[in-house]
Amino acid sequence: MPEKKIRVLIAKPGLDGHDRGAKVICRALRDAGMEVIYTGLRRTPEEIVSAAIQEDADLIGLSILSGAHPILFPRIIKLLKEKGAEDIPVIAGGIIPEKDVPRMKKLGIREIFLPGTSTQDIVGWIREQIEKGEKKR
Amino acid sequence: MRERQQKAPEIKKAYESWKRNKYAKALEACAFPRAFTTVSGRKIKELYTPADLPRFDFFRDLNFPGEYPFTRGIHPTMHRGRLWTMRQFSGFGTAEDTNKRYKYLLAHGQTGLSVAFHLPTLMGIDSDYPLAKGEVGRCGVAIDSLADMEVLFSGLPLDKITTSMTINAPAAILWAMYIAVAEKQGVSPKVISGTIQNDILKEYIAQKTFVFPPRPSMKLIVDTFEYGAKEVPRWNTISISGYHIREAGATAVQELAFTLRDGIEYVIWGLERGLAIDEFAPRLSYFFNSHNDFFEEIAKFRAARKIWAEVMRDRFGARDPRSWWLRFHTQTSGVSLVAQQPYNNVVRVAIQALAAVLGGTQSLHTNSLDETYALPSEDAVTIALRTQQILAHESGVANTIDPLGGSYFIEALTRDMERDAKDYIRKIDDMGGMVRAIELGFPQKEIADSAYWYQKAVDAKEKIIVGVNAFEMEHEPIPLLEIDEAVAGQQLARLRSVKKNRELAVVKRTLADLKKAARDDQNLMPYLLKCVKTYATLGEIMDALKDIYGEYEEPVTF
Repeated sequence: MPEKKIRVLIAKPGLDGHDRGAKVICRALRDAGMEVIYTGLRRTPEEIVSAAIQEDADLIGLSILSGAHPILFPRIIKLLKEKGAEDIPVIAGGIIPEKDVPRMKKLGIREIFLPGTSTQDIVGWIREQIEKGEKKR
Repeated sequence: MRERQQKAPEIKKAYESWKRNKYAKALEACAFPRAFTTVSGRKIKELYTPADLPRFDFFRDLNFPGEYPFTRGIHPTMHRGRLWTMRQFSGFGTAEDTNKRYKYLLAHGQTGLSVAFHLPTLMGIDSDYPLAKGEVGRCGVAIDSLADMEVLFSGLPLDKITTSMTINAPAAILWAMYIAVAEKQGVSPKVISGTIQNDILKEYIAQKTFVFPPRPSMKLIVDTFEYGAKEVPRWNTISISGYHIREAGATAVQELAFTLRDGIEYVIWGLERGLAIDEFAPRLSYFFNSHNDFFEEIAKFRAARKIWAEVMRDRFGARDPRSWWLRFHTQTSGVSLVAQQPYNNVVRVAIQALAAVLGGTQSLHTNSLDETYALPSEDAVTIALRTQQILAHESGVANTIDPLGGSYFIEALTRDMERDAKDYIRKIDDMGGMVRAIELGFPQKEIADSAYWYQKAVDAKEKIIVGVNAFEMEHEPIPLLEIDEAVAGQQLARLRSVKKNRELAVVKRTLADLKKAARDDQNLMPYLLKCVKTYATLGEIMDALKDIYGEYEEPVTF
């Protein structure tokens, strides 16, 4: 049987329209052989969580540059738990001050990729984590 | 110049011989496998000579400052007559917070205001809408109604200062609020001056703070052209923006071409309304990015002036020379700044600002070193402003006009960028114009391709970013501006009090009149003015218009 492709949902919560980073990540993951679903702009936490479940995503990547992450990230994690989908790992990138990173990770965001991260590093991280997760299952 | 042309074949021969016999051999010994390309991927030659400009004509291609085609600048005196306006884009928290920052900036030598609104205002919703949660006062100042606008400009005489407002989908409404504040100060709309960005095309292309679909959005913009020409004659009713196109990943040529083609689109729509070209064209202004690649940026600014002058004179038949002028604001490139070793950003900004000055900008915003993390702190914004003052008063670069004019390299680059931009403009003309090109997703795709190309070049270290993929080191965190958590509460309290203290029946009546005017396709500016004066909120006014115009849903692609 052919190896199952990793399915990633790239989502843009928040009101900002800065989608350069999200689109670059979508293309890089696709070129690395993953299946990528992009939500488009200004998705609510509810829309993101239900898209992830419907699309059977292996991972959710959040991109936000508006500064609303302290409000929106906890809401997304909470909704995932409520829907019994907390096994879908969530990662994030964008403009997130370093001092917010520990708080976001404690909350359940698995990794935060700050500006300047190479796309290879993100691809590598996702592969490693998904493989680890598969073994556990 | 004629002498130079006569010698061109001779110089070309000598150059080829030099390249073969001297340069190529010496380069082999260097073993330096670097690609000599600009940040946009344009190949740059090792040397430029008169042989690169065989058909160059001083009067046709360059001429004097203030003379067609304005390659050297739109005014005869340029920065000798008046320095560029130092205009730092700023806004955060509540109107009180930002009013305080404006007074600070003006006290420290800034010469014009530039308002950054928070995202809910940019999107035309109020601070109490569910989508505004977490966003209030974060990326700019929260403005929900005329009451906020009155606080924002309190103690700032609107007959003396000029104000630029970065606002697009709801631009006509915020402009109406500004006019209303001026009237309350006893200042006539005839004397106020400033700019609304009001450029919706680049929102669909790049920045994505759109609300209505393209066609009704264009109608609203033409309303402001028409109203401004009669009632607010010193106002720039649009700032046609390449800035965000570039930030989204476009190359320098794509920024140049898409922005100018947007300008052409606005002119076409204005003419279709029946406006006379020389009635509104002098109030069109531009806004460009200044990125890291020094010479490419200077050539871009020069090419922009030249193309626009030609378009306005020859394509649209404008007769007033002011219609031919491409007046522009510049902001240094946000996306070029990096989080790693952030103090290095001061150097990047200085180089970019220098390019803007040498390119003949009319006004300038210099970014702050901490903007990859947050809105700038007071210390960081002071350094950014001081950078401009050092360029203006210490460096000597403003002593002469267009100091790089006549450089073989700059003139060849200006010509090449003009040619490449015109190719794009022709392509979009052939598609049926920019609104159509946007509907087809053309500029969006070109930009996404360029952004991805650049990221791959950085990942492969073909493009070096100091501190990111080379010369890395650990650094201490820098102090950042924090938005007080209390801001949202304060803003919501004011909004509640505004709603309690106004006459609801009057609000409802003016909103109904507005909807009727929109249905009847009238110029909406007088109706918007009436609405804002009743303290109808931005969200209420936008919702009324959404009922008539609908909302734009972007096709999701990457």
